Amino acid sequence: MAQELGWKELPEGDALKAGTAADFHTGDWRSKRPIKDDKTCINCLFCYIYCPDSAVKVKDGKVIEIDYNYCKGCGICENVCPVKPVKAIKMVSER
Amino acid sequence: MVQVVAKTGNEAMAEAMRQINPDVVAAYPITPATEIVMIFSQFVADGLVDTVYVPVESEHSAMSATIAASAAGARAMTGTSSQGLALMYEMLPIASALRLPIVMPEVNRALSGPINIHNDHSDTFAARDFGWIQIFSENSQEAYDNMLQAVKIAEHPKVKLPAMVTTDGFIISHCLEKIEILDDGTVKEYIGKFPAYTKLLDTSNPITLGALDLQNYYFEHKRQVAEAMKTSKDIILEIGKDFGKKFGREYGFFEKYKLDDAEMAIVCLGSFAGSAKAVIDEYREKGVKIGLLKIRVYRPFPDEEIAAALEHLKAVAVVEKCDGFAAKGGPLYDEIKSCLYDKKQRPLVIDYITGLGGREITHSQIIEIFDELKHTASSGKIKEAVQYKGVR
Amino acid sequence: MATLKELAVREDRLTGGHRMCPGCGAPIIVRQALMAVKEPVVVVSATGCLEVSTTIFPYSAWKVPFLHSAFENSAATMSGVEAAYTSLKKQGKITGDTKFIAFGGDGGTYDIGFQSLSGAMERGHDMLYICYDNQAYMNTSVQRSGATPRGASTTTEPAGKVKQGKVMTRKDLTECMVAHNIPYAAQTIVGDWRDLTKKVEKAMSIKGPKFINVLQPCQLGWGYRMDLTIELGKLAADTCFWPLYEVENGKYTLSYTPKEKKPLAEFLKPQNRFRHLFKPENQKLLEELQADVDRKWELLKKKCDCFGTEK
Repeated sequence: MAQELGWKELPEGDALKAGTAADFHTGDWRSKRPIKDDKTCINCLFCYIYCPDSAVKVKDGKVIEIDYNYCKGCGICENVCPVKPVKAIKMVSER
Repeated sequence: MVQVVAKTGNEAMAEAMRQINPDVVAAYPITPATEIVMIFSQFVADGLVDTVYVPVESEHSAMSATIAASAAGARAMTGTSSQGLALMYEMLPIASALRLPIVMPEVNRALSGPINIHNDHSDTFAARDFGWIQIFSENSQEAYDNMLQAVKIAEHPKVKLPAMVTTDGFIISHCLEKIEILDDGTVKEYIGKFPAYTKLLDTSNPITLGALDLQNYYFEHKRQVAEAMKTSKDIILEIGKDFGKKFGREYGFFEKYKLDDAEMAIVCLGSFAGSAKAVIDEYREKGVKIGLLKIRVYRPFPDEEIAAALEHLKAVAVVEKCDGFAAKGGPLYDEIKSCLYDKKQRPLVIDYITGLGGREITHSQIIEIFDELKHTASSGKIKEAVQYKGVR
Repeated sequence: MATLKELAVREDRLTGGHRMCPGCGAPIIVRQALMAVKEPVVVVSATGCLEVSTTIFPYSAWKVPFLHSAFENSAATMSGVEAAYTSLKKQGKITGDTKFIAFGGDGGTYDIGFQSLSGAMERGHDMLYICYDNQAYMNTSVQRSGATPRGASTTTEPAGKVKQGKVMTRKDLTECMVAHNIPYAAQTIVGDWRDLTKKVEKAMSIKGPKFINVLQPCQLGWGYRMDLTIELGKLAADTCFWPLYEVENGKYTLSYTPKEKKPLAEFLKPQNRFRHLFKPENQKLLEELQADVDRKWELLKKKCDCFGTEK
């Protein structure tokens, strides 16, 4: 958590630097976590384009990571994964 | 170079706007302020200003677009009156919270209902708690001068608050008066370049404006507005003095008319001061020590200064064109009484709510007020603290 | 248009760490829309889920300039930003090519912000307005809006013993925008990234006011399992409940024709807000809703035939 500044120190005018939400982690909202199978993943990037939380990281056209700091465990990535018969992303319980 | 011209209040304000040459004006027509934007639109059509004019579909959108343009880094203005101001109410505290130095001419007109197009101060008074600087004008010259100073005040780095400059609907807005207009170059130099404190359009340094403040930040941001409003008092005086030095007409928080040696006085705002001064002269000739305090800056409210100017008096009549419907007198009466509270010696204060919906305040009514004031001062007793003058 | 691989190279302009519900469709729209814009972009949003959840001070999820001021004025606000841009550019005070996107939910667009939107579209500002239409006031707990479809149960027009959810048919906002004679108006969904990004990309290539209405499944307000957001969007298109189409300078084009038009019930069934419609006594209402979808779909096809692009 950022230090909560007093009125004298706080920048005036309800203005914020862009993108500071990156410092706020929503990973603890999750009850299930997506686990990706790198062997079967075809890098279609559907999980990337449909993730509401910008939690799927792509580099050079490949899914390299799911950022659990942000992933809320909605399961959309598993749902949109086209790999058959076993999806390349599985939601597993956090417990 | 100073030019002496005949201008109505609206023309004077439009002329000030032309010389200020804002980057954006977003406005909507409303009587009696419409003329300001009509005249200004012609300036736009004739290429006399650099302004992009946004002919919005409501005052709510006018203020929204003006706020947005100012946040984007543009000098932005709008203008309105009464119902239009009321439709803006939601947006007014947002402008001050975002610390946007918007300047807005506001032609005082009675609030509906019943619908009425004539002057009183109910619209501007109702907007007093939104973090806007409010400057009242007695005549076209003051309206013009106040517009120019408002830009300097609002844009001052220690202030960064929106400001409205008011005239009285029809009485000033449509009344032709002789005024002095500065030349364009002088005004341009006087107001300077717009100091864009927020630059939404700077895409290489992106910012978020208007975030959701919860319990942990809202208070701090509001405290900043409170402080800016307090600080603005010094700046208003500084700029008023400097204006006098530069252009020969000095301004303060209020004007004192034959007040220092007076025993009683009238406190008022706007055009009524003109009528009152004439009657004061009549009484002064008869040896009655009566004076006047005309408030120019209603927000921030110069309470200490007003108290110091009034404390020596025996009796004060607050003459205000607004009823707060608080069952205890109008808003100005409240504030005048409250600022005198800490004074050991203080005058008796009577409230006259008058002129609602443009009702004329006649010479004989002013005489009635003065006579009652005289009686109050000599008897030390108030007959009736809150009175409605001129109502049937 | 950009492929998925090309889009993935571009910067994600919305960070994680925002507080939208898990599985929310709105940030999906924002991410895809902003990815489709190659140029610098300034964003305005109406008050609503999207705005409150992405900008809780001191955390902003927006990596592009973002402005919010109130609920009903997203379009008017963008008018002011765009006017400032035009003015400063004209005066040579700024340079470059910047795009402008205003977002609003259905409450902020169909209802309280309708006038502001209408005014901005009529005035011809160079901006794209995207409505993330989840068909009710979700930010304040699922109250009915002008976008709520007939038969849907909401907290202010709930299904009960004598009333079966919303009585009136929803407002057709996309057609209202078409009637403004703007150069581009379109409908798309959360669930077809290609269609959405293509439409945003096209809108960006057109000067003037543009409008895109995006149907956004809302797991909270619609009452479905949170992983089904994309599936529900697709079902809305496959049942023709929410046809994908665009109107460019008055010319209608269908963006998607389902191979086989699915029965409306397939879209309604997974959603709690329509649960009551599946009681036997509501059979007739369900049939009426189907007939309404059919009639509108046929009408749209006719418009595409009569006022479509030349084949």
